[in-house]
Amino acid sequence: MHKRFVAIWFRHLTTDWLALKRPALQHLPFVFAAKDHSRLIIMAANRLAEAQGVFPGMAAADAKAIIPDLQVIDDIPGQAAKLLKALGEWCIRYTPIIAVDLPDGLILDVSGCTQLWGGEQAYLQDIVKRLRSKGYDVRAAMADTIGAAWAIARFGRVTPVIESGGQATALLPLPPAALRLQPAVVQRLQKLGLYQVSSFISMPRSVLRRRFGEDLLLKLSQALGREEEIIQPLVLIEPYHERLPCLEPISTAAGISIAIQRLLENLCKRLMEEGKGLRTAILKCYRVDGRIEQAEIGTNRATCNVHHLFRLFELKIAAIEPALGIELFTLEAPKVEAVSPLQEALWAGKPGLDDLGVAELLDRLAGKVGADAIHRYLPDEHYWPERSIKAAASIREKPAIPWRSDRPRPVRLLARPEPVEVTAPIPDYPPMLFIYKGKRHAVKKADGPERIEREWWLEEGDHRDYYNVEDEEGQRYWLFRSGHYEGEQGNKWFLHGFFA
Amino acid sequence: MTATKKDIISRLQKDILLWQGFTPPPSGTAGFVGLGPVEAAFPNGVFPTGAIHEFLSPEPEQAAASGGFIGGLLNGLMQHGGACLWIGVGRTLFPPALKTFGVEPDRIIFIDLHREKDVLWAMEEALKCEGLAAVIGELREISFTQSRRLQLAVEQSRVTGFILRSDPRKLSTTACTARWKITPLPSELEGDMPGIGFPRWNVELLKVRNGNPGNWKMEWSAGRFMEVQENVGEEVLVVEERMAG
Repeated sequence: MHKRFVAIWFRHLTTDWLALKRPALQHLPFVFAAKDHSRLIIMAANRLAEAQGVFPGMAAADAKAIIPDLQVIDDIPGQAAKLLKALGEWCIRYTPIIAVDLPDGLILDVSGCTQLWGGEQAYLQDIVKRLRSKGYDVRAAMADTIGAAWAIARFGRVTPVIESGGQATALLPLPPAALRLQPAVVQRLQKLGLYQVSSFISMPRSVLRRRFGEDLLLKLSQALGREEEIIQPLVLIEPYHERLPCLEPISTAAGISIAIQRLLENLCKRLMEEGKGLRTAILKCYRVDGRIEQAEIGTNRATCNVHHLFRLFELKIAAIEPALGIELFTLEAPKVEAVSPLQEALWAGKPGLDDLGVAELLDRLAGKVGADAIHRYLPDEHYWPERSIKAAASIREKPAIPWRSDRPRPVRLLARPEPVEVTAPIPDYPPMLFIYKGKRHAVKKADGPERIEREWWLEEGDHRDYYNVEDEEGQRYWLFRSGHYEGEQGNKWFLHGFFA
Repeated sequence: MTATKKDIISRLQKDILLWQGFTPPPSGTAGFVGLGPVEAAFPNGVFPTGAIHEFLSPEPEQAAASGGFIGGLLNGLMQHGGACLWIGVGRTLFPPALKTFGVEPDRIIFIDLHREKDVLWAMEEALKCEGLAAVIGELREISFTQSRRLQLAVEQSRVTGFILRSDPRKLSTTACTARWKITPLPSELEGDMPGIGFPRWNVELLKVRNGNPGNWKMEWSAGRFMEVQENVGEEVLVVEERMAG
């Protein structure tokens, strides 16, 4: 699939944040400054300060000389990274893959996401509009490569959306700094009069490597898409997540069960306070040797019952291989639903499919033998016997149509009708005798035929003429002839079921 | 003197039943599964729920008859709501047929497994669940130990369990409360009407703990069990009753 990236540039990340936090600062020029040896150096300046000629890297004293009423605020180390992470998590609404690009940007892998917003232009506009409305001064650009998107976001003058494959042309008029180079390299390029990417992009690679180092070539090929660039996406923490680090590595089943018990108690306490119940839970065991052992459970009904959930995990303990030991347990609940305690009280006494105990039993069975072994059937609107029932999607699904009982149906139905040899007196009469598994059954009583047509819109084939027959011992069978009567030889008779 | 002796004996019998786990049923529960004369064979004259019943059905025809008979029993057991679990390997039961016996087939949950061992495990787990009306397990064979585990499970939960033994090679002792054998009988219609009548079975109660084994001819008609009388005079009576029902 074609890759597309968005680079977001926060022009005044930390100062915008402070202005949001302290609205009084909104119309004042202010800077963040940090001590470097004995001088105060400006780390970030807001828009008003920059308009008057104060830029990061200046000494605070010089800036004060330019703007006498400049507010100098102590820099908070690591604040930018924290803010970017939070903003990145907010941006998860746009794409699942987001990387923090220190010191002042975000990289979004938006491959295949844009059509949900009605095109790339609208997508980018939405991002910029929302972030600006929150008070952040942002620029964003979209391109095939991270490098190109980064460059256009910061230095682009024409359009923020670069057509697929157009990154080379778009990069040409940009200054060398757009390639994310070291300041020393940028300086050297400028000293040599190479003010635009176009002035050196066509130079032989060996020349560039000798004069400016390997880094320039790498950044150039990354921006042009000749080389893949790997980003480290943000990992979002599940909202319902519990951790249990162990002092000593755990390697026994008893230890694991204690860990599960504790994690469940914490998680369920939280869920109960919030009126929630979990539908799936994942236990991850981080082993000493770096491998992760995982166990997953699911429930039919949202629950925060520690005892029940523990029993579900108990079945999985045997499959967890602790090897040298497990040093960290985490428990996540990716699927959580609201559960009303009132409802549970109502269900407790009422037997049936709504009963809590039955739901818990089915969870346990599904945990041990697999959910695909559990079936429940509802009537379906088909006459064809095999299709007259359908599997219910959930335990609470009610039949949409009533069960039919106007036609006799056998208690036992063979999954595949078995051929029998039959003697029938006249066409369309029930058989006189039939031989099933080498045994002769003389038919004493019979009923039928009941013709069931094959549903031609689903499959092709002959119709079936069903007869209920009773042999001399009183055993009752469901026989059918496939297709019309075709003389003595050509008939295909089958036994399809046994009546009670 | 004899009267007091009788009193003592009946009291002792009740005590024995109590010690064996047969609590005297609350009044008014007699006859709720609708087995009529068969129920007299059970201790206290009530069909034992919260117990394991085994059905011998070596032939598919008998399995079908047993399935129908159990369907009729489920009709009584599931009267007040309740769900039921049908556990087996290679199940052939056709759910819509149970509607004939008054059971809503969507209230039955089928567990289709691959191994007999899993069937036993699932059955034991299910029998411990008080929210179920009944649990039916289809097995080839069951040993005494296995049946005892199931019996212990139901004594706590009062769920009724049914075991369909499809391959009873030797009829060893099991801890089941009752052992049944249901074989199909030729149906009969009024007069000489063509067609097939209501399902009719020969119900053999081979073993019953603290009860009296017996043999009955039963028919399922008009949504309930009917005993088929042998002599002609009473046959008419049954027919009249059926028409009324």
